[in-house]
Amino acid sequence: MITVSHVSKRYPGGYEALRNVSAGVDPGEMVFVTGHSGAGKSTLLKLIGGIERPTSGSVVINGKNITTMGRSSLPFLRRNFGFIFQDHKLLFDRSVYDNAALPLVISGFPRREIARRVRAALDKVGLLDREKARPVTLSGGEQQRLCIARAIVNRPAILLADEPTGNLDEAYGKEIIAMFKAFNQVGVTVVIATHDLDLIQGLGARTIRLDHGGLAQ
Amino acid sequence: MSWLFAHLDAFRDSARRLLEQPFATLLNIVVFGIALALPSGFYVGLDNVARFSRQLTSEPQLSLFLTVGASRSDASAIEERLRRHSFVGEFRFVDRDTALQELTRASGMSDVLSELDENPLPHAFIVAGKTADPDLLEALRNEALTWPKVEHVQLDSAWARKLDAALRIGQLLVTLLGVLLSIALVAVTFNTIRLQILTRRDEIEVSKLIGATNLFIRRPFLYLGGLQGLLGGAAAWLIVTIAVRMLNHELAAFGDLFGLSPRLGMMSLQQTGVLLALAGLLGWLGAWMSVSRHLWQMNPR
Repeated sequence: MITVSHVSKRYPGGYEALRNVSAGVDPGEMVFVTGHSGAGKSTLLKLIGGIERPTSGSVVINGKNITTMGRSSLPFLRRNFGFIFQDHKLLFDRSVYDNAALPLVISGFPRREIARRVRAALDKVGLLDREKARPVTLSGGEQQRLCIARAIVNRPAILLADEPTGNLDEAYGKEIIAMFKAFNQVGVTVVIATHDLDLIQGLGARTIRLDHGGLAQ
Repeated sequence: MSWLFAHLDAFRDSARRLLEQPFATLLNIVVFGIALALPSGFYVGLDNVARFSRQLTSEPQLSLFLTVGASRSDASAIEERLRRHSFVGEFRFVDRDTALQELTRASGMSDVLSELDENPLPHAFIVAGKTADPDLLEALRNEALTWPKVEHVQLDSAWARKLDAALRIGQLLVTLLGVLLSIALVAVTFNTIRLQILTRRDEIEVSKLIGATNLFIRRPFLYLGGLQGLLGGAAAWLIVTIAVRMLNHELAAFGDLFGLSPRLGMMSLQQTGVLLALAGLLGWLGAWMSVSRHLWQMNPR
């Protein structure tokens, strides 16, 4: 489903975030990308999600090489993913409901359909009773769950999560991971970047380990 | 269908943003209104003068005055020349005594005129050209001046032609003013939208990350610019209409003194349509330039 071959990413200024990385993810798989901070986990997720372009190498999603895609088709590619960003990227001037609805509004769904799907997504993450609240009034864990609701509202085939347990305590972190596990069990391909190795122990999921921009082995 | 929903959403969003900052919105609308009211007000004024002058010069004609001492037989000689002249269409002889009677009756100055020992008015002819061509009348005028006992020939459309030339200069100035102010309005909108983009930076960034097309991001800003322009155009219409009404009120009082009833015409439906369309277009254009420039700067690599 996802094939990354010989990918390198060099940022303007010369910093090389990824160096000749190749990896694959099968449909319906749950994979963790691990490594110290600065190892290139975020960059790899951004390349897969079509948010950044590799300097060299190719990224193939569902048989389509997205590195050669035109700029105008990138938005439509991104709609296939549910992306959970490291820094949340919630809109603090909008309600919980409006935040979760954003991907559907962008895709041009009718209002009634949006309402139905947003409530379903909020229900899944346990925020249905907070739909009118502002994100600032939510706890850290609740904000993370709102991010997840926004990522799954589009019913994407692939979820990409960048440090979803980043600054949560262990109990909350486990709860979030369990949530991803549940999505995975209904067939969603899940890729999670994390530095927290304790969290993923005993899950039996495959890991891709990065070290200083290269694959560790 | 989803296309329609997207546009409705963008429109609703823009209207909501305008209402969220009522004071800033009002100021922008006032700026638009005044800037557009100036050229359109002048235009309406010129339009009125032009219509007035057309009314007066529907039939261009010559007034041919003989010398005061000219006799009836001198007049007959001139009449004979006019009858044979190929440029001349219809003409009418105005006897000096008849002219005095008419003047006495029409002007209400009978007291003054009856004091006069003798009739100060000459015999006159009122001559229409064979065609309405002003050059033909001009030639006829020059020729008639050389005839004996002809004192003065007045081309009645001459002042109208001068007025026409003045009107053309006026129209050019109004157009220039309009163009300059239009550029200023585009600049004003550019800046307004720039501020909007800055305050909505996060929203734009997130939207792009989760699959918004540039078109989707642009749309509410374009509507915002267009809507603001349209409201400004409506304000301009209101200003011009109120100004014309006030002027008409004053003109009526002024006209009463002279036994006239001058009235300025309002903006026509077509002119109003052009004004509103132009105003909306200017706002839209400013927004488009602003969004194009600033979204390009925000493109993720």
